[in-house]
Parts: sequence; C-alpha cells; structure tokens
Amino acid sequence: MRGWVPFLAFLLLVLQGCAQAPLRGTGDLGVVIERAAGSVEIVETSGRTVLARVTGLGDLSHASLNFSRDARYAYVFGRDGGLTQVDLLQQKLVRRTLQAGNSIGGAISQDGRLLAVANYAPGGVKVFDAATLELLADIPAVDDAGKPSKVIGLVDAAGNRFVWSLFEAGEIWVGDFRDPRRPQLRKFRNVGKEPYDAMVTADGRHYLAGLFGEDGLAMLDLWNLDAGVTRVLDGYGRGEEKLPVYKMPHLEGWAATGTELLVPAVGRHEVLVVDQGNWKEAGRIAVHGQPVFVVARPDNRQVWVNFAFPHNDTVQVIDVPSRRVVHTFKPGRGVLHIEFTPRGEHAWLSARDDNKVLVYDSETFALVGELPADSPSGIFFTHRAHRTGL
Amino acid sequence: MKRCRHSWFAIVLVIPCVALAAGPDTARQGEITHLVRQDCGSCHGLTLAGGLGLPLHPEALRDKPKESLVATILFGRPGTAMPPWAPFLSETEAEWIVDMLLQGKF
Repeated sequence: MRGWVPFLAFLLLVLQGCAQAPLRGTGDLGVVIERAAGSVEIVETSGRTVLARVTGLGDLSHASLNFSRDARYAYVFGRDGGLTQVDLLQQKLVRRTLQAGNSIGGAISQDGRLLAVANYAPGGVKVFDAATLELLADIPAVDDAGKPSKVIGLVDAAGNRFVWSLFEAGEIWVGDFRDPRRPQLRKFRNVGKEPYDAMVTADGRHYLAGLFGEDGLAMLDLWNLDAGVTRVLDGYGRGEEKLPVYKMPHLEGWAATGTELLVPAVGRHEVLVVDQGNWKEAGRIAVHGQPVFVVARPDNRQVWVNFAFPHNDTVQVIDVPSRRVVHTFKPGRGVLHIEFTPRGEHAWLSARDDNKVLVYDSETFALVGELPADSPSGIFFTHRAHRTGL
Repeated sequence: MKRCRHSWFAIVLVIPCVALAAGPDTARQGEITHLVRQDCGSCHGLTLAGGLGLPLHPEALRDKPKESLVATILFGRPGTAMPPWAPFLSETEAEWIVDMLLQGKF
C-alpha cells in the first residue's frame, strides 16, 4: 500500500499540470481596456469570450498598447505615465513602471526589442528595453527656442526608427535607434500648426500627421527624408467655419485602402478621401457626425466609422468602392473603438456607457456576440504585433 | 398650530437657498459628473490630471476667476481645442461644475 503513495503523488502532479496550462497560441487573443477600472480583459476571438481580467494598471483613460513580436505580451501605455507588461498566456501583470507624469501612447520597434513612449508631461519620448523595461534613452521634446511640447503621433518605422510629432512646436522628429542608447535624431520644423495625431501607412513608407490648428496633413516620406515634409489636403475646409470638436479624431486606425486613404475631417461631419498616387483630395463622404476612428476592414472593402460626442452612440459603414454609407446603426452608448478580427469577419465595438463589448458580423451586420466589460475603450487584437505602425 | 405655521415659514425660506446652492438636481448631477469624467476627460484626463487639455485639479484652477472658468466651459476658448459646451450645459450647470472642480469633487 505504501508503495502507492509516490505514484499517487506523481499522478496528482501530472493532472495538476494538465489542468493548469493547456497549450494554446495567441493568434486569436486580444486585450480590452477597461478605462475607469484600471484593468484589462484578455479576450479570445474564436469563441468570443473573456478569458481573464488583469488589474492594477493605473489610469487607463485613453490607454493604448502594443504587442511583443511573439504576441505573448501586451505593453499597455496608461494616461498616468504607467507602462505595464501583461502576459496574455499566464494572464497576469509581469512588470510595471511609472515612466512619466502623463502619457499618450507608444510604439514597439521593428525588431521588437525597444518600446517608445510618447509623453505629454514632461513632454518627450522615452525608450525602454522591451524585455526588462530598463530605460535606454530619454529625449525631451524641447524646440530650439527652449519651449517644451507634448508629444503625439509616435509610430515605429523600418530601420528601428521611431517617428513622432510635437504638438505646440509643430515639428516632426525621426529617431534612429539602431544604437538605442545613442539615438540619431532628424528634426523637421514648421510642419504645420498643432499636429494632434499621426499614422504611418501600412507599408511603413508615409508618415502623416493630422493638423488641428489648420486644415491639412503634414506628410513625410520615410523612404526619402531629404524630400522633407510636404502638405497634403492643404486647406481642405477652404475657410469654412469648423464645428466645435468634442473629441479629437484618432489617426492610428486611418483606413489606407492601397490606392486611397480615408481620413476623418477635423470639425466636420465628413470623411475625406485622399488619392495615394498624387496625395490630392479625391472626394468627401458625408457622415452622421464628426468621425473619431475611421477603420478599414482588412480586405479594405469597407470602412467603419464612429463619432465624437454627442453622436457617439452611432456607427456607420462606408462601402469603399462606391464611397457610400451602406449601414447606420446604434450599437450602444459611448462607442469608443472599433477593431476587426484578423481576417475581418467580425468587428468588435466597445460601448463604454453600456459596459459592453459588441461583436458584429461584418457582412450581415448582425450582432453575433456580447461581452461584459467595465467602461471599455480600446480593443486590440494580437495580429497588430506583426504590422508596422500598430 | 402656531408652531406648525412657523416651521412651514422656515421651509419656504430655506427651499430657494437649497436650490441655489445645489444647482442641478441629483439625476442631472449624475449625468454631468459622467460628462465631466468621460467627455471632458477625453482631453483633460479621466482623473482630470491633464492631457491635450490642461489639468483641472483645484490647485490648477484656484487663481483663475470663477466667471472666466464658467465662460470657458460655456463658450470654449477660441484658438485652442477647447469647444463651447453651451449646447449641452446651462449656465447654472457650468457654475456647478466649476464649484465642484474647485473643491476637487469630480
């Protein structure tokens, strides 16, 4: 009888091991920001369920995140300057550092080794080792006159570079971090008044900063920095009075369909269409309110749009070939974000004031799932790990 | 009976004062608090510690005249990203917001 004890103990250990960690991939995982609770939900898009909640991430209003290149970890950038590494498989917080007083977002380098964080206060960019969160470089956003700026529109680019913009100074800076402790900076001045957010096209070539202080975008060709910054859609409002802006548009999700770029107009109930061949305005699409996110389905056939307060209960779907709004619906109160599954069969929407994440079929527009979430804002799926600018 | 009449008199006197001090009713206060945290918070931060917009903590506002804070909420600040909230808030409600902000109560 006594001889059974070690065997039973062994069996128990084996069974425990099985129960604890079934092997799984991360390709269908995602993270939902719970902005008020300072927590995130780890979700999976195959069965559309919440797997776990991770708490203790601080002030997550306006939080965004990047995934590690193995898509196992999420690096969450909080408004309070917190940078938190979350393990999607072990479903826990791994590391956390308070790196600034007030920050707006970040980016992960092409090789996955560096994390850059854009800060409002004190304004600048800090670069960390993605494995240890050790600080490697600290670049204050101070212009030649010694005036500090808030940093916005930070993205990654080829060659282990990061690109960002200075809100007050109206500058775009390109940092080469091949030697992370000795970054090489190139500054482009007078790019336009108050760049408020920026994006890089999916091929990583063009960096576009939206301007709040004037109508237009500042564009930098990252394949040819010597060409400098050029102006796109200059004066698209043509002197018309702008409507008051109750929420800044976001450019990270700008829809680049390959030949056309669909861009939220600032202070207008319009989505602008830009021809990517000549960078001229190719059309305007009238929409329900002031667009915030303009997000292309992965096949680029549709673009989904959500809106600023007081129209943030509505989402519209634009058919790209015909440039027509083909579907308008009200998924819930306070729709803050739209994220497509990797191949686009479903769109996940966060309804902040209904404490829900809603999943829609992108062909039939039928509601196919609903997940509880506490004041959800950003939704991020792991396929972002392998895309430049996300 | 006399006593009773006195207390009625007192209540009638007190009610307008309470109404003035309290501003919007409880339900509306809830709506406005939500608006301040979520919609003002999208620029000023959920905890109002600042973002693209300035911090709205009491120490950041204390040296500014109350009327100009109320006017900023109602009419915005031209030339900046601050929009006018008059379409959504009355003057009394904007005053209530300023009082609450100055007391750090959001």
